[in-house]
Amino acid sequence: MSVLKILRRKSADQQPYWQSFEFTSDDPNAAVSTALTALNSRSDLRDMSGEKADPIRWECSCLQKKCGACAMVINGVPRLACDSKLAELGEVITVEPLKKFPVIADLIVDRTVIFDTLRELKVWLERGVTPDERAQEAAFEAAGCLQCGCCLEVCPNYYAGGRFTGMAGALPLTRLIAELTDEQRREVLKAYRKRVYEGCGKSLACRKICPAGLDIESLMARSNAAAAWRSLFDLRK
Amino acid sequence: MEKINIIGAGLAGLTAAITLAKGGRHSRLISLQRSERAQSVLAEGGINAALNVMGEGDKPEYHFEDTMRGGVYLADEEAVRRLTEGAPDIVMWLAGLGVPFNMKDGRLIQRNFGGQKKKRTAYAKSSTGKMIMSALIDEARKYEVAGLIERYPHHAFQGAVIMDGVCLGAAVCDTYTGERLTFGGRVIMCCGGLAGLFPRMTTGTTQNSGHAAARLFGQGVVFGNLEMLQYHPTTIGIPDKRCLVTEAARGEGGRLYIERQGSKWYFMEEKYPELKNLMPRDVVAREMFMVRRREDCGDTVYLDMTELSVDVWDKRLPDLRAEIMHYLSLDPAREPIPVREGIHYFMGGINTDVRHRTNIAGLYAAGECTCQYHGANRLGGNSMLGAVFGGKTAAEDILSLPEADTPDLPDAAVTDTEPPEAVKAELGEILYSGLGIVRSESGLMRALERLDELEAREGAFPESRLGRAMLLSALKRRESRGAHFREDFPERSEELRAPTLAVCRDGKIIAEIGGDRI
Ligand SMILES: Cc1cc2nc3c(=O)[nH]c(=O)nc-3n(C[C@H](O)[C@H](O)[C@H](O)COP(=O)(O)OP(=O)(O)OC[C@H]3O[C@@H](n4cnc5c(N)ncnc54)[C@H](O)[C@@H]3O)c2cc1C
Ligand code: SF4
Ligand code: SF4
Ligand code: FES
Repeated sequence: MSVLKILRRKSADQQPYWQSFEFTSDDPNAAVSTALTALNSRSDLRDMSGEKADPIRWECSCLQKKCGACAMVINGVPRLACDSKLAELGEVITVEPLKKFPVIADLIVDRTVIFDTLRELKVWLERGVTPDERAQEAAFEAAGCLQCGCCLEVCPNYYAGGRFTGMAGALPLTRLIAELTDEQRREVLKAYRKRVYEGCGKSLACRKICPAGLDIESLMARSNAAAAWRSLFDLRK
Repeated sequence: MEKINIIGAGLAGLTAAITLAKGGRHSRLISLQRSERAQSVLAEGGINAALNVMGEGDKPEYHFEDTMRGGVYLADEEAVRRLTEGAPDIVMWLAGLGVPFNMKDGRLIQRNFGGQKKKRTAYAKSSTGKMIMSALIDEARKYEVAGLIERYPHHAFQGAVIMDGVCLGAAVCDTYTGERLTFGGRVIMCCGGLAGLFPRMTTGTTQNSGHAAARLFGQGVVFGNLEMLQYHPTTIGIPDKRCLVTEAARGEGGRLYIERQGSKWYFMEEKYPELKNLMPRDVVAREMFMVRRREDCGDTVYLDMTELSVDVWDKRLPDLRAEIMHYLSLDPAREPIPVREGIHYFMGGINTDVRHRTNIAGLYAAGECTCQYHGANRLGGNSMLGAVFGGKTAAEDILSLPEADTPDLPDAAVTDTEPPEAVKAELGEILYSGLGIVRSESGLMRALERLDELEAREGAFPESRLGRAMLLSALKRRESRGAHFREDFPERSEELRAPTLAVCRDGKIIAEIGGDRI
């Protein structure tokens, strides 16, 4: 049996409170997502003290670690609910919303800031590119980012509204750096230098936490090299 | 100024928005969740186009023939013609947007996929959907910043605003604030497949609840081929869903067997000595079902991949091995894994013409929520193509027409509620009982009776009406064709070579082959 101790909140302007629920499953793969789904399908949901409870609000979609919808803080660590097996989490499991984003209700947070950052950074291709085998590996890895926000949660240097974009902003930019060859590349590298390179402490706490297992280290190494080369080049001019 | 309302931000919705923006027109891109979470990101295998890069003399004509044959001649011929002719441009456009399709010696390469005679599937390792989505999301962002695309990324579709047979707009609800909004302007439905009608039984996402399509069905939109569900033979049960085990597992040498009187029976190899485990999906799924039903066999079919070489595991199927170890806690390189057929794709959906117009003026539909390209069976790699091509075609039709007037519509013009989870689960059980891999009149009649009981207790609701249309469509098709197998009519009947159309009129549901009364 697991006890899910969930930090709940009816809406942003209401006080948060803890509520605990019991859940038992004989499926060894049962994850936090399984428990949340099962609790919400009870027609008469009650907490451990027998109190009637509203359905728990949370977001999910793929239920197989591929869409980033269900990111939350579980036992103090940001991770995907569908990638968090109950059996590996101990008897009492604390479940909270991500903390660096505004809470909408219960476990739902508003991650708009991630997408706003990508707009500010102008993450798009101005013109079409010619497919190039050499760019593929990096582009493939960078485009695998789920935009889940777990990396921002653990990053010591990221805060919403700051200049540093955090990894969720940086990775899509590295796709462009890998693929661009025209003059747009100069602009992208400039943005990268200012908003990523100069702000990142390179501790790679984000790499350990990334649920997509992206090879952040080599992507950064590649892009950092390009950005640093660019700055030397600019100095010489 | 008219803004086009696009419901759904997967492959079809994104492409429609980008196409409109390129033509200088405004749109609202409305979805339950962000594009990054859409079902399209799960697609693995690839996207089809006769690029003829593999030196096999491939042509759109052959792609057309394979698609028509694969769909057992129920697909809209003219639509498939346009789709297959447009396919090479679509894939090259995506490559130009930076999708890292696999290449060799500086050129894009393609692979074999079921039901096709040429290597025609372009792919990006085993994450083709995610890669295409990332590129389209970036492309759409360009037009978002330019003010041409407005995102509504946590908004549930409530219904179309239809007056005198014309669609004037769409009603949505902001799931974060509860605010109800009604947007004037034409509507393109890109709301994906009907996974939610079969809760926990599909390889799809929880987001594709099927509710949006069901609402439209109740509003008089005509649907087609609803009986055609694709069962993928190899899926594994993971909590709350079926997880796809790619066809490549068998392509690389995986073998299916069942225990028969104490020994392993490789039934596919015995019955189909030529293609063995690589028969088309509908055949494999049906055979699995049949052997499980036999008295002398066990209840579980296994996929045996223990003979695959280390090299194949390391270089070609590493993701699959990791995924199976994660979910089944067993190593497929050492032990066979239990597999089962799972609902994977909905060939049926909203009926449109070749320009993606529905029977309601001003209402379009594209992507997996529509039915014109795949007939009775969809070929792997054709659905992503159909979604991108469909979104583009719908948008191009709108671009070819003058802007429509957008009347001011009162907010909360249309209201809507979804049924409780428990009721949806019960409906799912009922539908599954009638619409399994092997169907019969008696089974379908029983399912319809149970549906009557459910509706008598809970009242009819959008999903129950659409579900009824599915059962009636399957009942009317007294033959076996593609994914639809009737054990009481095991042969194909040439007289029934026409799509099944279904409509809800004054609460009464009609389903008919050919659809003369519709
Ligand atoms: C595991 C898996 C593997 C696959 N592999 C392949 C493959 O290799 N090749 C291939 O061609 N096809 C494949 N497919 C199929 C293919 O991915 C889909 O058919 C295609 O991506 C559908 O795109 P779409 O744009 O129609 O819908 P989706 O991507 O499903 O998007 C639907 C959109 O509608 C929105 N929506 C739904 N309901 C509502 C509502 N009520 N209100 C508001 N918005 C709503 C959602 O938020 C979402 O944005 C695969 C499918 C799966 C599940
Ligand atoms: S880098 Fe990893 S942790 Fe960060 S948003 Fe992308 S997938 Fe999530
Ligand atoms: S390396 Fe450190 S500072 Fe840089 S993004 Fe990752 S966690 Fe943040
Ligand atoms: S639901 Fe998609 S990652 Fe968990």
